[in-house]
Amino acid sequence: MNTATTIDDALGASAATSPSAGFSPSATGSTSSPATASPAPAEASVTTTRIATPAMTPAPRKRSFKLSRKLRQRTLSAIAIVSMFALWELACIVFNISGLILPRPSAIFAVLLEKGPLLWPHAVQTLYTTVTGFAFGVLAGVVLGMIIGSSRFAYDVAYPLLVGFSSIPKVAVVPIFVVWFGAGTVPAILTSMVICTFPVVVNVATGLAHTEPELQDVLKVLGARKLDILWNVGLPHALPYLFASLKIAITLAFVGTVLAETVAANKGIGNVMIIASGNFDVPLVFAGLFILAAMGIMLYVVSSLVEQRVTGWAARGNEVAMG
Amino acid sequence: MNQPFIDLRDVTVRFGAADSETSTLALDRTDLRIDTGDFVALVGPSGCGKSTILKLIGGLLSPSSGGVIVDGREVGGPHRTRIGLAFQNPTMLPWLTVRENVMMPLKIVEPFRQHYRAKKKGEYAERADALLAQVGLTGMGDKRPWQLSGGMLQRASLCRALIHEPQLLLLDEPFGALDQFTREELWGTMQNLWMTQRPTVLLVTHDLREAAYLATRICVMSARPGRILEERNVEFPRPRSIQMSYAPECAELVQALRLRIAEARSDLSPRTPEPSVSLVSAEKEAA
Repeated sequence: MNTATTIDDALGASAATSPSAGFSPSATGSTSSPATASPAPAEASVTTTRIATPAMTPAPRKRSFKLSRKLRQRTLSAIAIVSMFALWELACIVFNISGLILPRPSAIFAVLLEKGPLLWPHAVQTLYTTVTGFAFGVLAGVVLGMIIGSSRFAYDVAYPLLVGFSSIPKVAVVPIFVVWFGAGTVPAILTSMVICTFPVVVNVATGLAHTEPELQDVLKVLGARKLDILWNVGLPHALPYLFASLKIAITLAFVGTVLAETVAANKGIGNVMIIASGNFDVPLVFAGLFILAAMGIMLYVVSSLVEQRVTGWAARGNEVAMG
Repeated sequence: MNQPFIDLRDVTVRFGAADSETSTLALDRTDLRIDTGDFVALVGPSGCGKSTILKLIGGLLSPSSGGVIVDGREVGGPHRTRIGLAFQNPTMLPWLTVRENVMMPLKIVEPFRQHYRAKKKGEYAERADALLAQVGLTGMGDKRPWQLSGGMLQRASLCRALIHEPQLLLLDEPFGALDQFTREELWGTMQNLWMTQRPTVLLVTHDLREAAYLATRICVMSARPGRILEERNVEFPRPRSIQMSYAPECAELVQALRLRIAEARSDLSPRTPEPSVSLVSAEKEAA
């Protein structure tokens, strides 16, 4: 009951503020329940700062409210997505834009459906390349980050090198990989690996370097070895930093893969897109874009789910103590 | 037994290169002897090198000259004495439960270390729980550190410092960040723990009543560069109570210590002309 009214008023609110009020499927919802809509937003503004921390809701009343808040957020973002497509479609029709320049979303979805079986292996190839490159990149990043972060000397020596290396545009690296390994999957994996290593290195090193010295002292006094401190204090402390970088790295890995695929590959979404654009098959290019976006979101969600599981303590760490 | 447990001989600690202008002399030819089972409190003006002494003994810092001997062995070599350490900041690891935090030393220190995997769910956990119960944290073992208040965390931190039954306990203002009532309560807890385990304790503190309540001996340090000015035995009977810490004898002791430290503080400016001080005097001269 509670959730139902808040969804309604969420929809209503968005319909009222959205410039494309006519598109919202529930514009009627806002007018049907004006009385219930007014108190909810006021309460919402009070609790907005608390929603992110699940352990902070002692009263069950607040809990149910938080749920509806989440639902409201989801509904709003779903509406945003749908209305973006609707606007796009409408703009194409109203301004009579040629399908060669900006195909309508409906046309793109039609292509996706029609050529789905054909595109599928390419999507799998891109996903495989990205995930492999990402895995290697993260592994390399964690190892390098651990070395750099746990030794002042290694930091001083390696950091300038690393910065220099990471500031090379990765497009420029692809031809070198092609010369070394030939066109195909390997250069793509390497490109995505190289591109996603840097943020991981920097974050892991930062996480290790920012470990409280007092914490280390407590272990040092016990006679802990350097490896003990790294394992028991440094690495867990660096985990939230690592996961923050994973979310960046996974999207970068896609960039690397598609980059390499467009330059030198015979498979993969990047390759499909470059061929399609050569044939002026613009809807297919956009279909490729959609597939990339979908896969990117998917992997992002996966990595943030893993993050929540592994480092949930970090999100609650800055909460107020009970006494 | 005739040899002291801790023996600082002629210890000098200098931060920065000896001849550079920015170097500070933290300790100047300090001597300190602590016998086995003693509870020694180090008091003195802030910045006088109390924590430096603690770090020297813990092996976290090496002296520029002189010797630090703990349990008959020079500090700095391969490890040796079992030491527990607690700071003003409880420094609990947020990703572990309170019990796991308390058990941390068992994971590091031999001979517990080799049995840690086998016993962490059984014997060691019981031991942690027993210790937690002793400081009044019954049933808090499964909580996460952020769910505890500052005083509770400090209790847990004391448990962590004591779980491996250290021969030596180093406390760097462990009660400094707590309110008056919690602090006095924890003094009682600390006294209790000391009387059951009888480790040698070195307590660095600003609180003179705390020193009088807990210590068997109080060492007063001079302003930087630090040196032990005076040592006083505290002979109140144990267990001591909070009422005792307000009794006239105790007040007298605290007053005497306070005067001594005030004296040490007033020595501060002529002995170490800080840059800001000399600037002010230069201005005065100019005027």
